[in-house]
Amino acid sequence: MLELVLFSLLNGLVFATLLFMLSSGLTLIFGMMGVLNFAHAGFYMLGAYFAYTLTGYLGFWPALVVAPLLVGLLGAAVERYGLRRVHRFGHLAELIFTFGVAVVIEEVVQLAWGRTAKSYEVPALLDFPLFRLFRTSFPAYKAFMLLVSVGIFVFLFAILTRTRAGLIIQASLTHPGMVAMLGHDVPRVFMLVFGTGSALAGLAGVIAGPVLGTFPGMAQVLGTIVFVVVVIGGLGSLTGAFAASLLIAIVQTFAVALDVSLSSALATVGLRMSAGGMLQDLWKVTIAQVAPIMPYLLLVLILVVRPTGLFGTRET
Amino acid sequence: MTPAIELVDVHKAFGRTPIIWGLSLAIEAGTRQALIGPNGAGKSTLFNLITGKYPVSRGRIRLKGEDITGLRPYAINRRGLSRSFQVTNLFPRLSVFENLRCSALWSRGYGYSFWHLVDNARDVRERAETVMEQLNLTARRHVPAGVLSYAEQRALEIGITIAGGADVILLDEPTSGMSRSETEHVVQLIRQVTAGKTLVMVEHDMSVVFDLADRIAVLVYGKIIAHDTPERIRANAAVQEAYLGVPQGAG
Amino acid sequence: MSTPAPATVRALELEKTARAQRLRRYGVWIAAAAILVGLPHVLRTPVAIPVMNQMGIAVVFALSYNMLLGQGGMLSFGHAVYFGLGGFIAAHVLNLAGRGVLYLPVPLLPLVGGLGGLVFAALFGSFSTTRAGTVFAMISLGVGELMASSALILDKFFGGEEGITTNRAKAPALLGLDFTTDRHVYYLIAFWALAAAAMMSAFSRTPVGRMANAVRDNPERAEFVGYSQRWVRFVSFCAAGLFAGVAGGLFAVNYEILTAENMGLSASGSVLLMTYIGGVGYFIGPILGAVIFTFLQSMLSDYTGMWLLYLGILFLATVLFVPAGFAGVLMLHAPAWRARRLGRLLGPYLLAGLLGLVVAVGVVGLLEMIHVVVSAPTGRTAKRLFWMTVDVRTLWPWLAFATLAVAGAVGLRWAAPQAAKAFTEASRPVETR
Repeated sequence: MLELVLFSLLNGLVFATLLFMLSSGLTLIFGMMGVLNFAHAGFYMLGAYFAYTLTGYLGFWPALVVAPLLVGLLGAAVERYGLRRVHRFGHLAELIFTFGVAVVIEEVVQLAWGRTAKSYEVPALLDFPLFRLFRTSFPAYKAFMLLVSVGIFVFLFAILTRTRAGLIIQASLTHPGMVAMLGHDVPRVFMLVFGTGSALAGLAGVIAGPVLGTFPGMAQVLGTIVFVVVVIGGLGSLTGAFAASLLIAIVQTFAVALDVSLSSALATVGLRMSAGGMLQDLWKVTIAQVAPIMPYLLLVLILVVRPTGLFGTRET
Repeated sequence: MTPAIELVDVHKAFGRTPIIWGLSLAIEAGTRQALIGPNGAGKSTLFNLITGKYPVSRGRIRLKGEDITGLRPYAINRRGLSRSFQVTNLFPRLSVFENLRCSALWSRGYGYSFWHLVDNARDVRERAETVMEQLNLTARRHVPAGVLSYAEQRALEIGITIAGGADVILLDEPTSGMSRSETEHVVQLIRQVTAGKTLVMVEHDMSVVFDLADRIAVLVYGKIIAHDTPERIRANAAVQEAYLGVPQGAG
Repeated sequence: MSTPAPATVRALELEKTARAQRLRRYGVWIAAAAILVGLPHVLRTPVAIPVMNQMGIAVVFALSYNMLLGQGGMLSFGHAVYFGLGGFIAAHVLNLAGRGVLYLPVPLLPLVGGLGGLVFAALFGSFSTTRAGTVFAMISLGVGELMASSALILDKFFGGEEGITTNRAKAPALLGLDFTTDRHVYYLIAFWALAAAAMMSAFSRTPVGRMANAVRDNPERAEFVGYSQRWVRFVSFCAAGLFAGVAGGLFAVNYEILTAENMGLSASGSVLLMTYIGGVGYFIGPILGAVIFTFLQSMLSDYTGMWLLYLGILFLATVLFVPAGFAGVLMLHAPAWRARRLGRLLGPYLLAGLLGLVVAVGVVGLLEMIHVVVSAPTGRTAKRLFWMTVDVRTLWPWLAFATLAVAGAVGLRWAAPQAAKAFTEASRPVETR
């Protein structure tokens, strides 16, 4: 049991940092521009695919740097030539636009890399078990993922609190109009933030690709989860995104590890459900099966009860 | 006679900042009541409290004797109170005619009906036609409200307010940003469309206030410091000191 | 106050124009009915009927979607939920009818689907319509994902991976219609599509339909003229769910199978794509969008595996350059049409359109060849493209398509402003008057 708890916690932590790398960019973009970027997970997927191809030519380490940069440039271009154009039609138009970008990215990936999963592998240098406890081992690559993520947080935090650009970004999170009035080139800041957010998503893709798989559906698998994280944390709140990443990741990993059905749970308290009828499956559902539904349930619940999320202050 | 609007010990604070502080005021039915006071005195907040846009922190508000404290804006409107906005607040993509027709639907009893066709609703159409005529906007009936000129939008703002036929009308700075001649036109319009009704009006243009109002209430820092006829307000020492003594722009 | 005579005259005039308008409106519906009855006799290719059936279903679905997006300003990423649930319920009821458990002729099945859509729209709408804007969009996404993933768990009702199959031929026949041919199904779909479209058009002219527009434009002000924005949205939402369910019921009759995919995110995305491409601002928009989308989908999917990429690009181009959609572009030409100057546009438009086609051919050629290089089985390098066979190992097809794309784009940069100028000229109001 201890083994299960410990490794679930560790895996949860790795997943949480990955989620945060994605959600931090998304929440910053939302906080500044009011745009919920549907294509965010698409950039994550592009990161993985770029890295897969670049690894073939340059090796893993250069790809780790180049792929996120490419994704970042692409993100900045999408903002500059797409989003800025539809901005005047309001937030719904922007949401619709990013949805279209997400669709196109997914199709382009299938065009350029095919429909089957790619064998994007963990680099040989990190392909060994870091330590072994009881009968389970912890791969070194996961430790590396953790390290990269933490490094990025420290870097991001330093930029946001120590640099002039960071201060402008922080200011425009709360008072976008005022920042423009003070003579800052807000469109340029938008483009930079959008590019950086995309690059972060790309980096998440680069390091997650070997573990979670590099396939055309990888954006959809994670896309909604990242939305859930951002909404639960409170749109525009970095602290919230961090807390929610931890929450979702740990709930998910533990739920998968547990295997109890509703009827057996009810049976322990003396209730017995009769099998039969259209919804008989409802009683046989196990926690592991419910795990993928939980985030969506949370998303709807939070939006209905408290649209500002746990840490946010603004709604839309 | 029951007052049209009665405020009893109303408080409103945003966070820890008090805006309205223990305000009591009774507005008689059928009068034209102006509400004046320096910027930041809480006039617009008071409007937002009466019409249900913001909840009060404490106190009661009654409309024609009926307690409306804490009701939603649409519930208050259905009880016969309608308001305009200081910043033009129309249905921009709907035509002038459609703006007015939508505003007259509820009071004619159509509610959330999906079993009537609006084109067959003769009473609503005629009401919209009449108001459009009064606003002098008949020639612009098919034009989307969003592309009207500023003065036309201000007129439509009043039209939407009165189209439902409410008998208590609140107008928030109806002449703001208007030229002399436009102002005169609007004053005439207001006089015409609010005949026999209770009118409450926030206004900065003193000539409009003293021209239209039967009674004037002076609001300073969230309190009513005087409430009287225009002549007596003119002579009131406290008002002189707190308000008229301060140089004011012409609106 | 006495009524002055001029007002009476004007009222009479208005009455007259209103009557003329009503007549024209009925005329449109009658013409549509006549065309729908005649189409199967005109289009005699075997694929025409199945494609038209698909279009009819898509038209109802897209129109119901536009009740939310265009009429009510609600962007939904989960509208397929009501389509799918309506379809599943209809399929189960059809199976019950087939086993003789209850009596229900097939033509009434779309009503069952509609009822199912309505019930679930009322259920989910009760909490998702509290807010508009991004929050509404997110809730609809959450509900959509929730139902899509629940469908995989509730095996008995949703049939797991295989879905639920049904058989329309087993249900009791009505008036000798046993729906064993596609053509029978065509008339059933045509009837319900026309009826649903007429009802949705009527809905937009009811008090609550008009207030949906008002709430879309300015929810705050709507509350100050007596309407609760939440209730207005809720009523629209229920109506949209009802008609999505009708479309789902038609789908069940037509395809006799429903899977969880029918209510997933990509199904919801498709209806957004087609509605937006058609144009959300006009009633005709979603109809055009559904027809164009279905046509392209069924034509392209025969030739290429990447049809969704092309539709995605078309969608993005619409969002970026013509947000009013196809219908919006058509309506822009109303002034030119009234001024009888459409003819002058023919030349410049033809030129620009031709150049646009050249660009499209070039880009499509390049994309298709990339596709062959990447994902064709090893050894296969030939590809049939535009009625000829190209070999991706040779240089010349790459060069040719690239040249077409670039030359077309250069030409378009010169021709497009001319077309725009011609349009402005033609739309100028007629001076005499």
